[in-house]
Amino acid sequence: MPDTLTTPDAGTTEATTAPLELSLQGALNLALDEILAENPKALVLGEDVGTLGGVFRVTSGLAAKHGSERVFDTPLAESGILGMSIGLAMAGFHPIPEVQFDGFAYPAVNQIVCQLARMNYRSRGTLPMPVTLRVPSFGGIRAPEHHGESLEALFAHVPGLKVVSPSDPQQGYSLLRAAARMADPVIFMEPKSRYWQKGQVTPEGGAPSSKLSGARIARPGRHLTLVAWGAMVARCLQVAELAAEDGIDVEVLDLRWLKPIDGDALAASVGKTRRAVVVHEAPRTSGLGAEVAQVITERCFGTLKAPVERVTGFDVPYPSGDLEDEYIPNIDRILFGIQRVLEYKRG
Amino acid sequence: MQTSGQSTTAPGRGALANAPREPLPQLPVVDPVTPGELVELYRLMTAVRHLDRAAISWQRQGIIPAYAPELGQEAAQVGSALAVDTRRDFVFPTYRELGVARACGVDMVEYMATHKATWHGGLWDPAAAHVAPIQAVVAGSVLHAVGWAHGQTLEARGELPEDGYNVAITYLGDGASSQGDVHEAMNFAAVFKAPVVFFVQNNGWAISVPTEKQVAGGSVSARGAGYGIPALKVDGNDPAAVLTATRRAVAHARAGHGPVLVEAMTYRRGPHATSDDPGRYRTLEEERADAGADPIGRLRERILAEGAADTAALDAAEAAAAAEAEQVREGVLALGPRPGAEMFDLVFQETTDELERQKANWQEETESRKESEDA
Ligand SMILES: Cc1ncc(C[n+]2csc(CCOP(=O)(O)OP(=O)(O)O)c2C)c(N)n1
Ligand SMILES: [Mg+2]
Repeated sequence: MPDTLTTPDAGTTEATTAPLELSLQGALNLALDEILAENPKALVLGEDVGTLGGVFRVTSGLAAKHGSERVFDTPLAESGILGMSIGLAMAGFHPIPEVQFDGFAYPAVNQIVCQLARMNYRSRGTLPMPVTLRVPSFGGIRAPEHHGESLEALFAHVPGLKVVSPSDPQQGYSLLRAAARMADPVIFMEPKSRYWQKGQVTPEGGAPSSKLSGARIARPGRHLTLVAWGAMVARCLQVAELAAEDGIDVEVLDLRWLKPIDGDALAASVGKTRRAVVVHEAPRTSGLGAEVAQVITERCFGTLKAPVERVTGFDVPYPSGDLEDEYIPNIDRILFGIQRVLEYKRG
Repeated sequence: MQTSGQSTTAPGRGALANAPREPLPQLPVVDPVTPGELVELYRLMTAVRHLDRAAISWQRQGIIPAYAPELGQEAAQVGSALAVDTRRDFVFPTYRELGVARACGVDMVEYMATHKATWHGGLWDPAAAHVAPIQAVVAGSVLHAVGWAHGQTLEARGELPEDGYNVAITYLGDGASSQGDVHEAMNFAAVFKAPVVFFVQNNGWAISVPTEKQVAGGSVSARGAGYGIPALKVDGNDPAAVLTATRRAVAHARAGHGPVLVEAMTYRRGPHATSDDPGRYRTLEEERADAGADPIGRLRERILAEGAADTAALDAAEAAAAAEAEQVREGVLALGPRPGAEMFDLVFQETTDELERQKANWQEETESRKESEDA
């Protein structure tokens, strides 16, 4: 997959259909509906995804429309869901399993890491794994324990997986459509705190987009690049507005693909702004921000005006709702990060 | 059952507490194993025995780094494998299924490639052979079999095809039966009525741990009842019994009646693997007592007693097996390393720029290392 494409606008497809006003949840639902209609081998499976339509209603109505054989509830066992999906892929299907919440991907890690990610390799390409694993991800909804985890670094570290996270309804729609066309396993991390945020969505109308790989510029700017994904993109856009009031022109780069990382887009943006701050919800140590910082450093070392800064969650278990606003990078912490980079002095 | 004080005409789901369990379905009866099949079993088991023995000596000679012998499990493996039709069914082996792979027609050099450290999983084409790659995670592919089997049901759109469903057979050991995935797999299979056969080779040991310390209740097959899965426990050293039991299981699944569990009681006569030292956990006397009669010797006696073949025919099978092992040895010796580029090229169907960069870098550095070595 080429990782060179950076689209300046959120729209990723030629508009063959009128734009719709949809929430992220609605956009994902539309994408799944179209995927099921278009690909007779596509299946949706997981806990409560059938009659209920998923605890976030992302699969709402799909079983009724496409049949309870193609959109089906499984017993409550994540390893089973993933292991079964692997077998279904071996039988020629394109399973789109859902793990109900990020923290419950852990019981399936053996099947994801040791099986799903390796079957293509082990079988020397004869048993491809077109499996799109949807994981409602990240925090911000005052949820119980294990419902606010950010697993991107874990998945991105595993050879054989691709990882993507949409930031808004259009991205959710388009990236899910793109992921479900891929012949490789994709971990699709949905920012659950953004499920109900509305936005304009231009459906593909049968014309698949080719511009869905790589990052995108969510807001152009000249002085500094904020790199983010998932729910942090919207927050960084807010920060950029506030910074603009102080005359700081912030570029926001929506990384989208967390593996493969779009090094060219990072180099193009930071090559221009010469300063970068990476923002993520996951704990800092060995978080994906370190990888992003290293890619930027390799590509832009000569032009960087300051070390790449990270504004992240802390190295603590994800806290209870009362403290999550302290844990998730908030506007002030991101502004402090920007300030540190702008005020950095060598030596 | 205790009910709440209120008397009610509709006791709800509480009333189900005393509902009778549905009886387990009866497995179909199949034709008895023919004399010709007995001889075919012998031919295959002998071939497997020779290859298995040969692999041990190849390891001792430094031709392959390691091997997990199936010695003593020939009847369980060949007998069960002959019950499936790999033109339509799909086989999910573990790391000890030389006999299964041989009986399913997998190329033995391509099979041994995994033990030669050529390629994890083996070199054969599993999609074409309908034999999945060698699985090194204990119980790793049991769920895959359930998924594949459910795929057959979906493919048929709920209409039982005239020739029945294609069936998955998944192999697992007594040790593997402890894995949570096996519970998930059996429960899923029963819930979805998937056409899958769980074939357990209870060979008495999981490395150093005996079945008594592994399997609560002493029987894996007894667990079938809890899932509503019919189960058969069979003398795993009697190939005809294994073939018959597995045929019944496959026929049941094929007919759309759902999963079956078969537990073949056998014995791991050799070490766990070439690196193992069984003397640390069992004595030779115990081995001799527990192993019982050699399954190949038993079959030979039966064939001769029933007149299915004469000594000359069986000796000829022996000679053919020896020749085959020698041929495979040559193939294994000739197996060179795979091109290093495959490390990168086989990760994805659609590779990534980053992986291409790593490959290019590796190639460059390899070239320059070679150049400096040549200089
Ligand atoms: C998940 C997992 N844990 C541990 C191991 C290491 N291991 C390999 S074989 C084995 C014993 C398996 O016993 P059993 O399932 O009875 O099969 P057998 O070796 O007897 O054929 C163990 C512990 C492994 N391969 N996978
Ligand atoms: Mg065992």
